[in-house]
Amino acid sequence: MQWETVIGLEIHVQLSTRTKIFSGSSTAFGAEPNTQANAVDLALPGILPVFNEQALAKAVAFGLAIDAEIGKQSFFERKNYFYPDLPKGYQTTQLEAPIVGRGHVDVLLDNGESKRVRIHHAHLEEDAGKSLHEDFHGMSGIDLNRAGTPLIEIVTEPDIRSAAEAVAFAKKLHTIVTAIGICDGEMSQGSMRFDVNVSVRPKGSETLGTRTETKNLNSFKFMEEAIHLEVERQIDILEDGGSIIQETRLYNGDTKTARSMRSKEEANDYRYFPCPDLLPVVIDESYIDAIRDTLPELPDAKVSRFIRDYDLTDYDANVLSASQAMADFFEGVAKSGGDAKLAANWCMGEFSKYLNQNNLEIEANPITPENLGQLIARIKDNTISGKIAKTVFQAMTDGEGTPDQIIEAKGLKQVTDTGAIEAMVDEVIAANLDQFEEMKAGKDKLMGFFVGQVMKISKGQANPGQVNQIIQSKLKG
Amino acid sequence: MLNKTIKQLADGLASGEFSSTELTQDYLAKIKSEDAKYNAFITVTDEHALAAAKTADERRAAGKAEVLTGVPIAIKDIFCTQGVKTSCGSKMLDNFIAPYESTATQKLSDAGMVSLGKTNLDEFAMGSSTESSFYGPTRNPWNLDTVPGGSSGGSAVAVAAGMAPVALGTDTGGSIRQPAAFCGITGLKPTYGRVSRWGMIAYGSSLDQGGPMAQTAEDAALILNTIAGFDPKDSTSMDKPVEDYTAQLNAPLTGLKIGLPKEYFGSGLSDGIRNAVIDAVKQFEKLGATVKEISLPRTELSIPAYYIIAPAEASTNLSRFDGVRYGYRCEDPKDLEDMYTRTRSEGFGTEVKRRIMVGTYALSAGYYDAYYRKAQQLRRMIKQDFVTALADVDVIMGPTTPSTAWNIGAKNQDPVAMYLEDIYTLSVNLAGLPGMSLPCGFHDGLPVGLQVIGNYFSEAKLLNIGHQFQTATDWHTKKPNA
Amino acid sequence: MSLDRSQVETVARLARLKVDESEMADYLSSLSSILDLVDQLQAVDTTDVEPLANPLDASQRLRADVVTEENNREALQANAPLAEKGLFLVPKVIE
Repeated sequence: MQWETVIGLEIHVQLSTRTKIFSGSSTAFGAEPNTQANAVDLALPGILPVFNEQALAKAVAFGLAIDAEIGKQSFFERKNYFYPDLPKGYQTTQLEAPIVGRGHVDVLLDNGESKRVRIHHAHLEEDAGKSLHEDFHGMSGIDLNRAGTPLIEIVTEPDIRSAAEAVAFAKKLHTIVTAIGICDGEMSQGSMRFDVNVSVRPKGSETLGTRTETKNLNSFKFMEEAIHLEVERQIDILEDGGSIIQETRLYNGDTKTARSMRSKEEANDYRYFPCPDLLPVVIDESYIDAIRDTLPELPDAKVSRFIRDYDLTDYDANVLSASQAMADFFEGVAKSGGDAKLAANWCMGEFSKYLNQNNLEIEANPITPENLGQLIARIKDNTISGKIAKTVFQAMTDGEGTPDQIIEAKGLKQVTDTGAIEAMVDEVIAANLDQFEEMKAGKDKLMGFFVGQVMKISKGQANPGQVNQIIQSKLKG
Repeated sequence: MLNKTIKQLADGLASGEFSSTELTQDYLAKIKSEDAKYNAFITVTDEHALAAAKTADERRAAGKAEVLTGVPIAIKDIFCTQGVKTSCGSKMLDNFIAPYESTATQKLSDAGMVSLGKTNLDEFAMGSSTESSFYGPTRNPWNLDTVPGGSSGGSAVAVAAGMAPVALGTDTGGSIRQPAAFCGITGLKPTYGRVSRWGMIAYGSSLDQGGPMAQTAEDAALILNTIAGFDPKDSTSMDKPVEDYTAQLNAPLTGLKIGLPKEYFGSGLSDGIRNAVIDAVKQFEKLGATVKEISLPRTELSIPAYYIIAPAEASTNLSRFDGVRYGYRCEDPKDLEDMYTRTRSEGFGTEVKRRIMVGTYALSAGYYDAYYRKAQQLRRMIKQDFVTALADVDVIMGPTTPSTAWNIGAKNQDPVAMYLEDIYTLSVNLAGLPGMSLPCGFHDGLPVGLQVIGNYFSEAKLLNIGHQFQTATDWHTKKPNA
Repeated sequence: MSLDRSQVETVARLARLKVDESEMADYLSSLSSILDLVDQLQAVDTTDVEPLANPLDASQRLRADVVTEENNREALQANAPLAEKGLFLVPKVIE
């Protein structure tokens, strides 16, 4: 039987506010345990929450970025359950009237098609603390620094049909939240975490199969692996005549295995009700307009502009605009280099390779857009060839100066003096007379050999176009 | 010194008649010698009090005293007080030393008031008799066999028995007004949002409000002047300027329109109380007020609405007591679930557990709409009844309670019988209105309270009414001889 | 409405409370009579009435995103039943 996979995602995005959603404690990552957990975060008796204006602004910004309805009268509910990392015994969240309503995200798939994933809603809530399972005499340690960090939980419709689509969507979402500055995007610090709801059904069926939820995946890779594993597991069960149990699962990225979370199996009754310590959050059009005015260019608009203004392909435009830093870098290179196509090739090629190999962020790399632009300008004005440019680039990464300084210092300037090139051509012909005769007789593919030989004795500095031309003229002459 | 109002004490301190240290020592001595009878205090903070009194005397000497600087006060043990045990009447918090200060007590201390200690209450303020406290029942000084009312019974008794000149209480369904009525003192529950709830351990968050329990309306005005006001730490506190509540105390009551809800004078009311309240109303007529009958048709329904909303909110407010970060933890938990379950079962008393279960049930899947949501709808209807009535009259008057103080043990085995005693006070909290209880007579030797309910933020008017009544009558000056 | 034993057990379980056999009869009767009392409101027609969550129908104020809290771990953990290396210790958490 042919199976179809159906996936819906719930994504927890930590908002990059300075303080917690309901208290004035810092949200900075990596502090000593419980040093950023104050009376409110610890749920001392008598404490009260007050809502952070930036958490609201960032949630609204997200809603605008995905073209969603914004809840003008949202409110907070308590979701009641006991867990040691949940100090109040309830999570303050939104259920009935979330801040962000229906919206959508368009994703470019590998096959070049664009896919629309509908967003059901996104709501504001507080993060929980952490349970540390290192051995404290057989006990667990509770760190509440993270408790109360503002989150938006984004819930998609079950529109996703494969692990690859899920990853493409997740990456696009990462691009959006970092571009609009509501999240630092640091996946390794848990700034974005994914819950995947997976089910399978016979191809062509319209009804949804029983789904499982794999929780708390904190990398694209783990998400992809977990989905593959779960789809296989479900198909195996169904093909063996079994049925899927609706359950919460946990994926272990080290062992590449998943298991059922038994503690969550007990039927929960969260007893949601409006939090009486917080009042309805009422916003008006002018508030929404003011947030809209602060939004930078959105990723989709950037892609369209790159295609239009720089004549890039759909693919190149998407790759270059996947992060704000890369998009800005590319635009800088294009501007100072004067050739967008070359700028795109270099940014996606040598430059990206260099960053990856050295595990560097754009912000921390030694090459400026102006320098890379200068390199491109020197290719364009024939000062150096594309091949020599790679040598110059290498020197730039080693901090040897600007492209012009390096070209000068290393004497890499392309030889364009016709006389000098002709002398080198003559030298090569003289050394390879037999081959030259064969070429004259029609063996065209020897051309490459001759050009190569000339380039070799010129140490790559002869202008390949000129070399070609002069050899052609010798053949005729 | 000990039978003076805080107005008189403030005057005596200002004139140098006595010092705060002398005053504080006298009160501490009185508590020491008499509280064994009443059990009004959970914690007496001698050292803190004497240090605060010394500071107050120094402040006065430096010419920086405010009106209440150096005046002692007792605090219901529901307000977090930094460095002092804050138990809320529960075993759960028997070992809890609050690491922060409530806004209300901070304001009292900023004004230079001297806290004598923390008073007894029904566990987590859940009760109308101060019998459910982990620290044992408090006794009513008018008759030691009777309850003082609750939940602020310790504060009421501290004032009634002269162990403190004034006290701070909280009122979720009548917890200031009813013990004030039972103990023959003046108690004011302000408009919801007028006094910050920061640091006040929550029972029903949308109902709780702190307020003064005093010998006179004038004293209550002085305390309200100190504790009222917007607090940026409490989202439900109202950002509205605070008036001087003493400014209108002497305004004449000529033309005051009083409404008497017929539902407050029905069959459940004891005749003795009815007579005392009618006499009080006649007194107001003599003072120039006019009286008319009004209707608050959903008065009886305030009981089911309240006994869903308050336990529902409480059931989740009390989830934080889990043995993880502070408070009681059971011995040798065998696993996490065992820790939760035993900590909470051993740490909470019966009435608290009962209300947690009722609230949990009312919020649980399948029952939310029929209970919690329905109760909140009814709440709006109850509020609307008041809004309609108060469009026609200035204030509403009636009895604070249907009966006077009952005997200790008479009702604590029958929660529903106890709940029914709250009939006249609950709807005021549901609507968020200010309400006051004034001593207005006696029935079988026990005090009777007159309840005065005003419009939102009309505390100054209520206190004016109270002060005028107390200028014309002497019920508030009667002291128990227990 | 009267509650049965399993309903009491379910509610107690949700609230992390334990009802001992010796207390069961008392809880059954007192909770049932409380529910009888509150069930009076079922007779009221509340069609089209907006629930009232806050008596003043006020709306939420916002707090500036400014750090106002310093590390106060030592004082806050002084009340902890069990703490070590800055962490609150609890019986092992099994996910």
